[in-house]
Parts: sequence; structure tokens; C-alpha cells
Amino acid sequence: MSEEVVIKTNKLTKRFGDFVAVDEITFDVHKGEIFGFLGANGAGKTTAMRMLCGLSTPTSGEATVAGFDVFKEPEEIKKNIGYMSQKFSLYEDLSVLENIEFYGGIYGLTNKEIKEKSTELTEKLGLQNEAKKLVRSLPLGWKQKLSFLVAIVHQPKIVFLDEPTGGVDPYMRREFWDLIYDAADKGITIFVTTHYLDEAEYCNRVTIMVDGKIEALDSPGGLREKFGVATIDEVFYKLAREAKRSAD
Amino acid sequence: MSAITLEHITKTYNKGTIVAVDDVSFSIEKGEIFGLIGPDGAGKSTIFRLLTTLLLPDKGTANVGGFDVVKDFKAIRGILGYMPGKFSLYQDLTVEENLEFFATVFDTTIEQNYDLIKDIYVQLEPFKDRRAGKLSGGMKQKLALCCALIHKPEILFLDEPTTGVDVVSRREFWDMLKRYKQQGITILVSTSYMDEATLCDRIGLILGGKMLSIASPADTIKAYAETLYAVKSKSMYKLLTDLRRFEGTANCYTFGEYLHLHIKCTETEVKKFLSDKGYDDLEFKVVTPTIEDCFIRLLKDKDERRSSN
Repeated sequence: MSEEVVIKTNKLTKRFGDFVAVDEITFDVHKGEIFGFLGANGAGKTTAMRMLCGLSTPTSGEATVAGFDVFKEPEEIKKNIGYMSQKFSLYEDLSVLENIEFYGGIYGLTNKEIKEKSTELTEKLGLQNEAKKLVRSLPLGWKQKLSFLVAIVHQPKIVFLDEPTGGVDPYMRREFWDLIYDAADKGITIFVTTHYLDEAEYCNRVTIMVDGKIEALDSPGGLREKFGVATIDEVFYKLAREAKRSAD
Repeated sequence: MSAITLEHITKTYNKGTIVAVDDVSFSIEKGEIFGLIGPDGAGKSTIFRLLTTLLLPDKGTANVGGFDVVKDFKAIRGILGYMPGKFSLYQDLTVEENLEFFATVFDTTIEQNYDLIKDIYVQLEPFKDRRAGKLSGGMKQKLALCCALIHKPEILFLDEPTTGVDVVSRREFWDMLKRYKQQGITILVSTSYMDEATLCDRIGLILGGKMLSIASPADTIKAYAETLYAVKSKSMYKLLTDLRRFEGTANCYTFGEYLHLHIKCTETEVKKFLSDKGYDDLEFKVVTPTIEDCFIRLLKDKDERRSSN
């Protein structure tokens, strides 16, 4: 992790009518950092993430992602980030290879690069025998691992992961996190949300959002100490229990 | 009295080429919370579909509430509540319309069984005119539970009900399950959260369509015979990669703020290895395994068997 800041927000806000989905959030994320973005269902995580990905224009405040302004340069942001979520990641009706080719093409890789990436990724995941099978037929954990590697196929500066391990078993979740560590080690910044709070411990720093606001931001150890509890579970519980709103 | 029994149940797909459930037998007592724990593709959802009479077994017999899953499927459908793994309510109906629909299908009314769902429904009520498809994850799950309960079922089938749900809502959800248990409702539940597994009366560990063990959470943990260590230092990723390269390591994986370590050498040897590597801030201690450790060990064993074949 370096001192270089790759995400910077200042009082970033998103309103939908009277509803303040994200309420003046301010933070910095450093290059190569694994940044955990936690919060209860409906706290505003996905809305915040959509703004940072250039998919949703903020109502007010400031933010730059990979050096680009979220208001003025959303298209540049999209080229410099990767994104995956639990819900949408790969095309189920395309094969493993076709998905890699498709995303490689979208992100402007040359045919030669795509070919190299296809070999590299299938080998890394041990999916050589499944390369021509439809993604539909893969177990969830494999899909998610492939989806992650596809999201960083163009070597983005930052990758946004929205509940990437939802419903994945504890063994596969750890294999998934091995890939995250590896990518972070190579300098890719990881911005990740999760409901598995053991995974919060694997982050360099963690934020906890409650009702659109950032209520805590520190290293996992720092948070445990500050709240005088043994686990991040308890920190989360203390903060999120106070939440006023419970739906998006 | 058993609420659910399976005897030698086998289910295959693709003309017998994929064995989803392989000769599985077990029973669940009335009023029990039974957790089905296993990785993706282990056969959990197939068991749910067999018991809810949505699939026919290839071989074996199964009973739910005293009824045969093949012959008496209609009777079973009247006494069970089912929350499938995938959100299956009508996205274009509102919260209230969905609930009314399910009540009507089961020939009852919301008022008649309101007591059972009251605690959950009060949280949904402010959104009762919202379409189900527009609800947040936690709210969808609450609505699905209401719909599964509205006809006062004897047996609840919950296939990963808390996936994508935050820790506060998950705790509330399990508090609710305990109350249903007290009212005599039997619950079969699957989950990928191991903290929830410990809240079950008994858990069945399932892998590759086979049931590997059935025991209470405490007994499942007792069956983990080896010493398990927790290790911690400032640079956790380096520690993890170093320990994984060490030949005395049987398994090493992240576990919250610690690494969990299972060794095939002596404690002295591993400590020497680490001090040779220059770790001077090391925390190294013996810990009691959790269900999650048991689960990981099971899968690790399977992986090793597969790669040695």
C-alpha cells in the first residue's frame, strides 16, 4: 500500500427526492489498499459505489476516482476501474472463454492479449477442462472467482466488488480472498462490500455506513479497540442497530 | 416423533450422469431446527426440492409430516412453508398483494394467522404498497418469510434465507426462528454463515450429495481431534504465504484477525521456522475450533483426495 490516493471524496451526497441515500461522505482510499465498505441493507453502500463507478451523478459534494472527476469524467472512470457484483457478473449463456473474450474486447485488449489472458486465467483457476462449458454450469464460487479475474482483466487501477462472496461457502470465500490479496499485492486497489464480517478483518481499513453516513472508519484493529469489543461483528451490531431506516 | 425422514434417497440429473443426492438417510424431529451445511453443488437445494415435492426422487422414500413425498404430495404442500434460495415472489405485486395471494392460495386470510407474522410484518408495513421487486435484500427476505408462514405451516423449509442479509437482520431472523420452534414448528434451514450453523439443534454436513456427519454443533466441534493454532503478526499476507510454503503446515487459512494453522510437525519446529523468517511480533496460541474450521477441514480433505487421485 502506498500514500498515493486513488479515491477521494468530499461531502459526497446523493438524494432521491426527499430521501438522502448518501449523506456527505468523506474519505480517501490509497493505492493497493483493501478498503472494506460495510453497512446494513439499505445503508447506502450500493448508491455510493454507483457514484464512484461513474454510473450515477452525485447531487452534491466532490469525488475523484483514479484521478478523474465523477461529475465531469465518468467515462474515463469506467475505463480505469473494474466492477463485479453478486448479482451481475458474467454472461451465463456464454462459455468461460467467451466471457473472457467478451470482457477483454470491451476493455480494448488486443486479440493477442485476450488469448494470453484466456490461458492465464483458466490455468490460475484450474478451469482448463471447463473452458468451453457455459458459465451457467459452474458452481457459484467458481463463477465468482472467474468474475473477479474478468473484472481485472484490463489491469484497472481500482476494482469495486459489491458483495462478491454472497452465498459462497467459507472454503470458497477464502479462495476468493486469496485472489483479492494477490491483486492488491500487485497494486490494484480493492473496494469491497460484504456481509461476512470475518472478511472485514482482511481489509486494511473498514468503513461502516449507517443511514447514508459514515459512522466509523479505521483499521479493523482500531475499530475493535475504539468500541471496546472483540470482533467487527460487535462493532457493526452496535452501530447498525441504531439505524433508523431499513429499506432502500 | 420425526417430522421428516429420508431413507436412501437418491436423485440424479442429466439421465443419471450427475448424482446430486447420493443414498441419503436422516430424520428430523418435530420442533427441531436442523441445519444443512455444505458447499455449492453439494445437493442442499435438491434435498429441499425433493422434500417440498417439487422433484421426484430416483430411489428411496421420504416422509414429511407423516406423508409420503410422492404419493401424498398434495397433503404435504398444505402443511409446509418454503423459502427457496432464489427470491420467488411476484415482483410486480406489492408487498400486501403478495401476502394476500399466498393466504388465498392456502385458503386462509392474513388476519387469521397475523400473530405468527406480526413481528416481521410491522417492519414491512410502511412499504406495503411497494412492489416486491423494488424492495431491498433484507426486506425481500422478510416478505418471503411472511408468505411462507401465512398459512401456519407445521414445517418450514428455508434454503439460504439470509444470503445478502446484514448481521442485525440476521440476528432478528434467527430470534424469530427460535420463537417458531417454541411453537412446535420444525425447521430445515441451509446457510453459508457458520455462526448460524451453531444456532441449530443439529447440523448435517453434506458434500458431493453424501451426508458426511450429523451431530449437534458441540459434537461436530468435538470431532475435530487435532490441535488448532491461531497465529497473528503485523504483515498477515506475508505470514500466510510463508506458512503455506512451510512443509510442516497441513493447512493454513485466514480466520478473522488471525490465521488458523493446522500442522503436521511439532509446535517447536513451526515456531523456529517463523523466528528464522524474522517474525518478532508473533502471537501464537492454541484455539478451540469452530464449525467453520470443521467445514474447512472437510473441504480441504476432499480437495486433497481429488488431487491425489
